Amino acid sequence: MRPRTQLLSGDLIGRILREAFELLMSPGVRVGSAEVVELLQAAGVEVTDGVARLPETLVRKSLASAPRDFYLYNRRGEKAVHYGGDDVHFDPGSCCVQMLDPETLEARPSETRDLVRIVQVAETLPQFAAQSTAVVCNDAPSLIGDLYRLLVVLQHSDKPVVTGSFSAAGLQGMIDLLVADSGSAEKLRREPRAVFDVCPSPPLNWSEFGSHNLLDLAHAGVPAEIVAVPLAGGTAPVTLAGSVTQHAAEVLAGITLHQLAGAGSPVVWGGAPAIFDMRTGGAPMGAVETAMLNMACAEVGKHLGLPTHGYLVATDSKFVDAQAGAESARSAMLGALAGINMISGAGMIESLACHSVEKLVMDAEWIASAQRLARGIEVRGDDVSGASLATAMFAQTGLSGEFLKLKETRALFRQEQYLPSAVIDRSARGSEPPTDIFARARTRVDELASAYRKPSLAEDVLRKFQAIVEREADRAGVVAELPGN
Amino acid sequence: MPDELFLAMRQSIIDGVPDRARELAQQWLADGVDPLEAVNFGFAVGIKFAGDQFGCGEMFLPDLLASAEAMKAAIKVLEPEMLKRGSQREALGKIVLGTARGDIHDIGKNLVATILSASGFQIFDLGTSVTPEAFVAKVKEVDADIVGVSALLTTTMAGQKAVIEALDRNGLRPRVKAIIGGAAVSSKWAAEIGADGFSRNAIDALELAKNLMGKGTASA
Ligand code: B12
Repeated sequence: MRPRTQLLSGDLIGRILREAFELLMSPGVRVGSAEVVELLQAAGVEVTDGVARLPETLVRKSLASAPRDFYLYNRRGEKAVHYGGDDVHFDPGSCCVQMLDPETLEARPSETRDLVRIVQVAETLPQFAAQSTAVVCNDAPSLIGDLYRLLVVLQHSDKPVVTGSFSAAGLQGMIDLLVADSGSAEKLRREPRAVFDVCPSPPLNWSEFGSHNLLDLAHAGVPAEIVAVPLAGGTAPVTLAGSVTQHAAEVLAGITLHQLAGAGSPVVWGGAPAIFDMRTGGAPMGAVETAMLNMACAEVGKHLGLPTHGYLVATDSKFVDAQAGAESARSAMLGALAGINMISGAGMIESLACHSVEKLVMDAEWIASAQRLARGIEVRGDDVSGASLATAMFAQTGLSGEFLKLKETRALFRQEQYLPSAVIDRSARGSEPPTDIFARARTRVDELASAYRKPSLAEDVLRKFQAIVEREADRAGVVAELPGN
Repeated sequence: MPDELFLAMRQSIIDGVPDRARELAQQWLADGVDPLEAVNFGFAVGIKFAGDQFGCGEMFLPDLLASAEAMKAAIKVLEPEMLKRGSQREALGKIVLGTARGDIHDIGKNLVATILSASGFQIFDLGTSVTPEAFVAKVKEVDADIVGVSALLTTTMAGQKAVIEALDRNGLRPRVKAIIGGAAVSSKWAAEIGADGFSRNAIDALELAKNLMGKGTASA
């Protein structure tokens, strides 16, 4: 039995969806672009003063055409992430603007070298099924910052990528990069390498930027991850149930736009819901209620049979300290038990504003523990010791207690136990003074970075990258080159 | 008994009860006394207290917003009479606020607006994704003292620079001060684009604005 959490009863999910459908009619959904209005009107939707009223029948039709599951592929063309069912994957949090300097413990603007180091570490750690465009590179022209981040990740990783664009115009260049990497638009559509986060603006507003991204992704057949961000009490109802309802309405509206533009194109029921901090107005990503919101929103998505996503394993602490560890480990566990398909957020501190690669390797430990927990207690060893849990082993040891010598022990301990890296201290006290986790994490980062091997990209792919970067830099009126190593 | 009435006025703001504040303001007018006194010794003392309590974490945002609503309700009742008597309450300054072009983040900017307006600044909020031209037009229209530009994206920080350049082009600076804020913004960036100030949160933004108006508790 796989352990699962369930925060919402079947009845409550029914009520949430009923009210979400009501919200889509009244007050309706704000839509920001003329193209979207046209698309909706062509589907018979009433749009007045930029507000669309989406009837349940139309939304249900879109739900029916959205795929139940899909895969992301790595550069070798292998299936690497399964969006669907109860499969759980993790990726580093995306798009921080700062990096925690491990020497000074100060946050400073993130740069290309930081992104490269994060990618190297995440590439080497099996806990991360996908990469993300984890930080912006402040040393590159900001106007093409979204494109540039993706380029750096594609140059340094074979894994799938969770990414996103910052503007309506920014998306095409990013898709072009992926097409160049895949070989053709057709291949990218068939074996997508990346998924794009797209945010509605709470409450119930699909801005020009967000809705355009949805349409363009649907046309390209590149997976869209709808990341709705209701902040309970600030930009959404203060009750958790109320915020889950708003989240559902926002994602349902997004799926409708998306499927109208490209029926059957892959789309994810995602989000970064959080509570609203009543002292600072911030979005506390480490709060237990934030984890509860992510779990509950995913339950609604699963009820509808859709692939799911959430934002967890992040903290509000400014350091990689006990608060960071407690908040991140807790939400990794909860997310895994909720069966969320893609959980973004590892490595992040300061409420998604800052990244720490030392935290990333610690988070990998919580993630591995969470993955272990999610596997549950399995009955195994039938092949080794016959159909028994303990008696067959006792038949060999009697009362001697010599379990270490059993072939079962040797054969099974790696499956039964997660064997942590040296980041986790389980050592017996020896002659060396004990170290603190941050120091061990720093060593681990160095080790992983030196074990990393950069993928070699074909010359013609690099040439295409170069051309795309030049074109986009030109469009933005800036000068940019291909990032070095 | 004015003293008791002043206390009640303060309390109506601290408790955030607009109906009560309105009622007390009407009562004051019925007695025919200078409305400015009700503001200065009653309501404004309440909102200052609320702001301070929020600043030290004793009051929460919903409380502060309720206080601000109550303040608005009282002022609305008193304003016509103040205009008639020419005893207009002196605003701390006029501030045009907005989020930079291409950026739709507005939670932080709204918070700054709430705190500044609760503290006596007159705020003209242009909303999100505001062009430099729109900032300049509003500054001219209302004869603003300060322009505040929020940006949360590295891509839209350039919009802050563009606003400052537009103010310069229109010969509005140094008279009009430009301040900036938002997650990606640093004091280094503020210096680089020649902003007159930057703050990391709404409470500091208040201090900053007061200093720029020469009304701060500390010098800039
Ligand atoms: C909530 C949020 C959103 C909400 C915004 C809702 C709203 N109505 O504002 C939504 C979901 C819509 C959103 C959308 C996006 N977001 Co966003 N968002 C955030 C988040 C989590 C919190 C921001 C916030 O409200 N903080 C709380 C407030 C109170 O703090 P604050 O804004 O910093 O404001 C305080 C101070 O800065 C200061 N201040 C602010 N303005 C001003 C102005 C002046 C004049 C002064 C003096 C002071 C001042 O005082 C404020 C009050 O204390 C941040 C992460 C973070 N921690 O900042 C990401 C973040 C800013 N977003 C990010 C991104 C990438 C996006 C999207 C591009 C995502 C996407 N692909 O769709 C879109 C942007 C679309 C666009 N074109 O604008 C990135 C930015 C990365 C970058 N390169 O710049 C961040 C850092 C998160 C991340 N790591 O991904 N987002």
